[in-house]
Amino acid sequence: MNGRPRRALVVGASQAGLSAARALRRLGFDGELTVVGDEEHLPYDRPPLSKQVLAGEWPPERTALLGDADADLDVTWRLGRRAAALDVERRTVSLDDGDDVPYDGLVIACGARPRTLPGTEIVAGVHALRTLDDAVAVRDAVAGGARVLVVGAGFIGAEVAATCREVGAEVTMVEPLPVPLGRVLGEDVGRVVADVHRDHGVDLRTGVGVDRLETADGRVTGAVLADGSTVACDLAVVGIGVVPATGWLEGSGLALDDGVVADATCRAGPGVVVAGDVARWYHRRYGEHVRIEHWDHAIAMGAHAAATLLAGDDALPFEPVPWFWSDQYDRKLMLAGRVQGADEVRVVDGSLDERRFVALYRRGDEVVAALGMNRPAPLARWRARLADRVGWDEAITD
Amino acid sequence: MRVVVDYDLCESNAVCMSIAPEVFEVRDDDFLYVLQENPPEDLRAKVEEAVVRCPKQAISIED
Repeated sequence: MNGRPRRALVVGASQAGLSAARALRRLGFDGELTVVGDEEHLPYDRPPLSKQVLAGEWPPERTALLGDADADLDVTWRLGRRAAALDVERRTVSLDDGDDVPYDGLVIACGARPRTLPGTEIVAGVHALRTLDDAVAVRDAVAGGARVLVVGAGFIGAEVAATCREVGAEVTMVEPLPVPLGRVLGEDVGRVVADVHRDHGVDLRTGVGVDRLETADGRVTGAVLADGSTVACDLAVVGIGVVPATGWLEGSGLALDDGVVADATCRAGPGVVVAGDVARWYHRRYGEHVRIEHWDHAIAMGAHAAATLLAGDDALPFEPVPWFWSDQYDRKLMLAGRVQGADEVRVVDGSLDERRFVALYRRGDEVVAALGMNRPAPLARWRARLADRVGWDEAITD
Repeated sequence: MRVVVDYDLCESNAVCMSIAPEVFEVRDDDFLYVLQENPPEDLRAKVEEAVVRCPKQAISIED
């Protein structure tokens, strides 16, 4: 780029995009700043969607992210507009309404879309839980004690199940793995999560997938599971993961591989940086490209990508310790680090039985992650500690 | 600058502690403690980041 950009365009109006926009201004960018978002809403916070909004405790407006501190953000919002194509050579993004938006610097922060059960996209009563509109729709459908089928016991499914139980709905949660979150957190911790849900009255069916949904007059009435058993429901919430929203970038020349591929500094091409759920960047310390879907990550990477856009050749590598939390009933799970490929999980504080513990994940002779259930303080310390290499023997003898 | 925490909102996610450990500490009782209610100005940027990144919007600054 010749000098600093005069026109910055951010595609994506959620945490990563907003964080990038804020950081551009904070770092002194005073040119034109446009943010495109495919929802009609101004940026809002997603974690409360599966909790306070779904429970009806918060009005949807309370999730709004823009505050008094954003008074000088000076953004041209293009909401309800989807980016349709990118021309890297001409530095132009085409929107779905036919408009072309030229830029000098582009931040791609368009996130990911929920996976759907094949053939259910037009079935009434089948929901994802990704957007504010999703959360309001599920809230309204659940109010008054509906029978809810939760498909997938990942973090979104588990939080939805917990909140639905708390507002008095009947909940059946179906998970193909033997225990919820087993692949992420390990079997032992997954069993604790399963027990917590069963104790709260969730009919949790594990080790079995959904074969098909049953419908009447275009509305879901239940499901047939892979073992032939059935579940009756008034609505279904599907939480089976997300897919990076890269369709509009096909043929743009940017490298796509389960996300937009970027270098260690978040740069994906000339004048193009990426952030958030859609970004697969080279994490120098981990020695590979990674893509992370956490809330905190979206904020941090949005700010870093903005800095890279302005820094030119002086851009710094982005090397965060992944971190997230999940609230289910009165339990708070927090995970710092990377559990992939762990050889061993060991509880070093508290116990699985009391459902209040810290567990460490070992890979080789190194601690690669720490998980806490209702232990926020040690997890905050672990998050800081894991920025550097921590030897396993040293950690477990602390 | 005075740091104010709404303890009805705070859920001890400890995000603030990872950003500004000089000001915020979640202790082993899982409660958040504000170590400096009137932190020096050189911590303002960190405290402002903690305000923005608190998942519960439980922190504010009164000048």
